[in-house]
Amino acid sequence: MEAVKNRDITSRLPGANRKNGLLRELNRNKHLYLLMTPAIAYFIVFAYLPLGGLVMAFQNFNYVKGIFGSEFVGFDNFGFLFSSGDVWRVTFNTIFLNVLFIVTGTITSIMLALMFSELTNKWFAKISQGIAILPHFLSWTVVAMMATALFTTDTGFINVILKGLGFESISFYSEATYWPIILVFLKIWQAAGFSSIVYTAVIAGMDPGMYEAAKIDGASRLQQIRYITLPLLKPTIVLLTLFAVGKIFYGDFGMIYALIGDNALLLPTTDVIDTYVYRALRMLGDMGMSTAVGLYQSVVGFTLVLLTNYVAKKIDEDSAIF
Amino acid sequence: MSVFASRTDKAIDITNVVLLTFFCAFCLAPLCIVISSSFTDEMALLKNGYALWPTEFSIQAYQVMFETSRIYDAYKVTIFVTVVGTVLSMIVTSAIAYAISVKTVKYRNKIAFFVFFTMLFSGGLVPTYLLIAKYLDMKDTVWVLILPVLISPWNMFLLRNFFATIPDSLAESAKMDGASEMTILFRIILPVSLPAMATVGLFYALGYWNEWFNAMLYISDEKLFPLQYLIMDILRNIDFMNELAGKFGGSTGYTPPTFTARMATTVLTIGPIIFVYPFIQKYFVKGMMVGSVKG
Repeated sequence: MEAVKNRDITSRLPGANRKNGLLRELNRNKHLYLLMTPAIAYFIVFAYLPLGGLVMAFQNFNYVKGIFGSEFVGFDNFGFLFSSGDVWRVTFNTIFLNVLFIVTGTITSIMLALMFSELTNKWFAKISQGIAILPHFLSWTVVAMMATALFTTDTGFINVILKGLGFESISFYSEATYWPIILVFLKIWQAAGFSSIVYTAVIAGMDPGMYEAAKIDGASRLQQIRYITLPLLKPTIVLLTLFAVGKIFYGDFGMIYALIGDNALLLPTTDVIDTYVYRALRMLGDMGMSTAVGLYQSVVGFTLVLLTNYVAKKIDEDSAIF
Repeated sequence: MSVFASRTDKAIDITNVVLLTFFCAFCLAPLCIVISSSFTDEMALLKNGYALWPTEFSIQAYQVMFETSRIYDAYKVTIFVTVVGTVLSMIVTSAIAYAISVKTVKYRNKIAFFVFFTMLFSGGLVPTYLLIAKYLDMKDTVWVLILPVLISPWNMFLLRNFFATIPDSLAESAKMDGASEMTILFRIILPVSLPAMATVGLFYALGYWNEWFNAMLYISDEKLFPLQYLIMDILRNIDFMNELAGKFGGSTGYTPPTFTARMATTVLTIGPIIFVYPFIQKYFVKGMMVGSVKG
């Protein structure tokens, strides 16, 4: 005991110094710390205070009584949640859709980047890149409106074409099976052009000397892509994919909710964790339960981010985010 | 180079241009359908379906939209949120980004992590909802569309990385001349950072323009609906369309433009973005490139 106490005292000494150091540091750069204050206040209120709200996951939460008055129930919310089966379904959908998005999105954006970099006409390059990026700047509510014009039964653009070709009209808005593929197409439409920018930038930064040498050795353009560009792109592809995998536990709420909304017929294939939490909050009004789902997502999601970052660090020391 | 090689080169060039043209058509076609159906007669739309060009030209959908006050209200809200939100966001974001880019600030890395952590772990929807709705009591105020999304950590780091590339000697020589930190920020750092500020400002402006999630959660007063949420409301809510039908359905045999009015609202929402897009496109590309370089 005595030894421990002694060590405490000695370890406190540099601590005391540090405290003085803190004040001196704050004083020396007082203007700069003042500049940070509004932002720090913002993060404390809107990012760190809600963390405290996570205790709701362990409460039988009552809106009127609030966080401080509601009764604690331990892990009851989680027990109920995981026995209901819903949570497994939405977890599967979240991961399944994200895997589809990552695979198709990566392939299309790399192909686009290769095509943009092979263009010889600067004017066409500028225009086509501009058009490919444009959809990224439209909100998902606009895309949802657009989707009704495309997929409405009978009058939708796709169905008009199908009927023109002599096929039956498809009622997309009551058939859940079509939606994973529709979502993939809309995701490519919205994001592929924008994500190709990073790849295009990496290709533009590659050493022209290498291509000159390959040309002298008689390599065709396709061979140059196959043996120079793609191998050099590989680290970027691996890293961007890793980071996407790190976020695999988070569904694209804006996209799914704008497009699907509360259409119960489509939920079997499209309901993701984020939309599930939102509906649980709004329809059931059970905040304790909804928080439990959110906490489950945050914890698993956070673990995945740490894991993928660790892997990224293993592959390339410089490319880890932290 | 051999004739053969140049011929395959030509083939590659042509295939490339053709494929990219297809992709661009794929990107533009849905927008084209939305715009064309907004200018189509309602009856013709119901009969022929949505098409790439109007089967029967009509501007009735726009006339109906401009008769209701909702589109004006929504425009007012969206413009206010975009302008005021972007200005506030830029002030607060550049202030902290500059402060933690200065190397003499001892705790700058700790504060950077404090910001970064919010990107990794969040309380999630429900605690945030409870905080804003119950404890801060911000429901049905225009500020709920601005304050909860005031700072994007991503944009903050983008700016910090840019500020960090400005040579220290610039600030140091000003300091020798007796300039305060504030003077340095406003007179030296910000003026040389205009391109980066423009990029981040545009990212913020676009974010505010396209924002609807917080409106859906916290706004129930129709007068405070921003444009994007108005679309959402029109898409989901048949009432509004019936109201239109009642207003204009006086004479028999008249079909109120419900479906075309939806499309017209969408066009009015994306119109400004499409208009300014050609002028601001380069900033986004630049921003993505700066952002992809880790700092």
